[in-house]
Amino acid sequence: MIQNIQINLDSNIDLDKALPQPIVRYRNVTKAFGDHVVLKELNLDIMPGEKIALIGPSGSGKTTIARLLMTLERPSSGTIEVNGEMLWHMQHKGKLIAANEKHLHRMRSSIGMVFQHFNLFPHMTILQNVIEGLIQVRKTPKRQAQEKAMELLTQVGLQNHIKHYPSQLSGGQKQRVAIARALVMEPQILLFDEVTSALDPELVGEVLDVIKGIAAKKDTAMLLITHEMDFARDIADRVIFTDGGVIVEQGTPKEIFENPKSPRLQNFLTRFLSDRQSEPYKANKEIAAGNDL
Amino acid sequence: MDMLAIDLLPPLLKGLQLTVLLTIFSTILALCIAFLAGFARLSKFRLVRGFATVYVEVFRGTSLLVQLFWMYFALPMLVDIRFSAMTVAIIALGLNYGAYGSEIVRSTILAIPKGQVEASIALNLTPFQRLRRVILPQAWSIMLPSFGNLQIELLKGTSLVYLITLAELTYQGMMLRTYNIAQTAAIFIWILVLYYATASILTFIIRLAERRANVGRG
Amino acid sequence: MWDWNYTWDILPELIKVVPLTIAITLAGFIIASLLGVPLALARRSKSRWFSIPVTAIADFIRKTPLIIQLSVIVFVLPQLIGLSLPPFFAGVIGLGIHYSTYLSEVYRSGIDAVPKGQWEAATALNFKKLKTWIRIIFPQSIPPTIPVMGNYLIVMFKETPTLSAITVVELLMTAKELGSTSFKYLEALTLVGLIFLALSYPSALIVRAIEKRMQRRGRSVLTK
Repeated sequence: MIQNIQINLDSNIDLDKALPQPIVRYRNVTKAFGDHVVLKELNLDIMPGEKIALIGPSGSGKTTIARLLMTLERPSSGTIEVNGEMLWHMQHKGKLIAANEKHLHRMRSSIGMVFQHFNLFPHMTILQNVIEGLIQVRKTPKRQAQEKAMELLTQVGLQNHIKHYPSQLSGGQKQRVAIARALVMEPQILLFDEVTSALDPELVGEVLDVIKGIAAKKDTAMLLITHEMDFARDIADRVIFTDGGVIVEQGTPKEIFENPKSPRLQNFLTRFLSDRQSEPYKANKEIAAGNDL
Repeated sequence: MDMLAIDLLPPLLKGLQLTVLLTIFSTILALCIAFLAGFARLSKFRLVRGFATVYVEVFRGTSLLVQLFWMYFALPMLVDIRFSAMTVAIIALGLNYGAYGSEIVRSTILAIPKGQVEASIALNLTPFQRLRRVILPQAWSIMLPSFGNLQIELLKGTSLVYLITLAELTYQGMMLRTYNIAQTAAIFIWILVLYYATASILTFIIRLAERRANVGRG
Repeated sequence: MWDWNYTWDILPELIKVVPLTIAITLAGFIIASLLGVPLALARRSKSRWFSIPVTAIADFIRKTPLIIQLSVIVFVLPQLIGLSLPPFFAGVIGLGIHYSTYLSEVYRSGIDAVPKGQWEAATALNFKKLKTWIRIIFPQSIPPTIPVMGNYLIVMFKETPTLSAITVVELLMTAKELGSTSFKYLEALTLVGLIFLALSYPSALIVRAIEKRMQRRGRSVLTK
């Protein structure tokens, strides 16, 4: 396996330097929990600033893809590269061994995550939640940290709640704080793990709007695991459909939603979109079939 | 290896016999008192509640050893009756751990969801039937682990009765020391091992009881 | 029967010993609180070489009588390693070690109660292990355990008479001495009981009040 990696690195160096390099590369990543194989030989490249929507049925491995990158799970086999460097392996006396915590800590600074269940720190105010990472990890001085935090909290619309505690906020507000907290660390890639799935329906919109705003303004790469198809269509450069631990199909939103090629994806979309009253897809299907609406 | 000192065992085992006897009798007494006092504290009669509360707070608020000494040395001076060390030990242990037990009973009964009571009323069960068929079976399985812990404390409590010259395990060990001071370490190690073994057996029995009480629960 | 004159005579003698008894309790509690931390961490350790022996030893200490453990410190240590501790220190250390096993359980349950998501959020923000413990985990794990710790403080106070068996001068020992000279055990022992009650009952009420207040406040702070 080490020989293969050597070859890949070499061929990277031969490429024209003007071409952008992926910031994240999954190479043959497999993850199994006991006997249950969740991801099979996954290969995925994420380019800088790319916004990717990851869709698929439950248990298809979407969340695991994110958790492996965020170092919350360890791959069973395969490698993940971040900015050309191995995430889960490191060089030691000329050999490649499993990464230790120091290495992971260094690599992690480019990656951030927003969780389905927010995971805000309940014993800190909103402002304290957002500055905590800057102060403890980046060693930013308190004044500066607070300024940056206020900037972001204003961006997500919560500047009037900085002295509140998480328990005093609605789900939508909490998630917006979580987004600010992750963003303030200026990661190169931000992972969103079904961030609206735990919200009451009327609160989903405010969070999606915030994310759309960020996607438009910032060049942070984003991996968005979501069930909100309209949102995925609006925001993504690329949509990836996974099922049973493999990438079944990927492409632009237009390709995926209007022209799904694989039967599994077609199945998923009809099931999903009819449940969620997303008429445009069905309408397009009708038009494509030459029927009147 | 003479460190094993098996010859120390016979007198120690004799003491252990008394310890086990003491534990069994005290546990029975403590259990009875726990339920009596526990229910008394839930009674609608203020006088009954008051008495039970005073008993519980007094016995929980003072030390077991003080209670033992008081019953063995002070009580005879008050009422001119001499109790045997064994009697005093059983009564003191029963009263002390019964007080703690009553708290377990009381808080568990209070924790049973009100819906159970309401369902029983809707089915027209008598209060007695409600208690016996619905409340107690559920409460019992919740109380068991806490009773298990209390049981271990009671076992440890029996070691203190050596101070009122009851010839249980600790007493035998201390006596042995006076004859074989060189084997002090071995004696104490044996005593600790015997207590631990007894505690482990008690824990095992409670686990069996827990499993039986939880039959059929998801 | 009851001799009131004698009672008033010995009361000051007994009250004089109260500060010492409280000192023993506090010293033992401090040792137990401190020892409980490494114990709890060792028992939670992912490495089984660590967690299993430590759990076994802690279990052994917790389930065997304090009086024997005290006797080991006082009688066996001098023989074994030549260490002869004065009764006060032997008593405090024995008390501390015995109850550290209980407190480590309390710490463990507090830590386990912190939701897994908090650990993951700390990882996502790239916190180092120590920072995660100090800034995120402990502030959430400790407050709910305070009433329980308060209870154990009171329990340890009521355990101090056991130390009289290794000749530590606390309340019970003093009462025994007074009684042995005058043969009037009734007054001495009753007073001791009342003094214990007078100190532990209000303390228990305070702990219960703290617990109620924390339940009312705590519920709002510690939800997601």
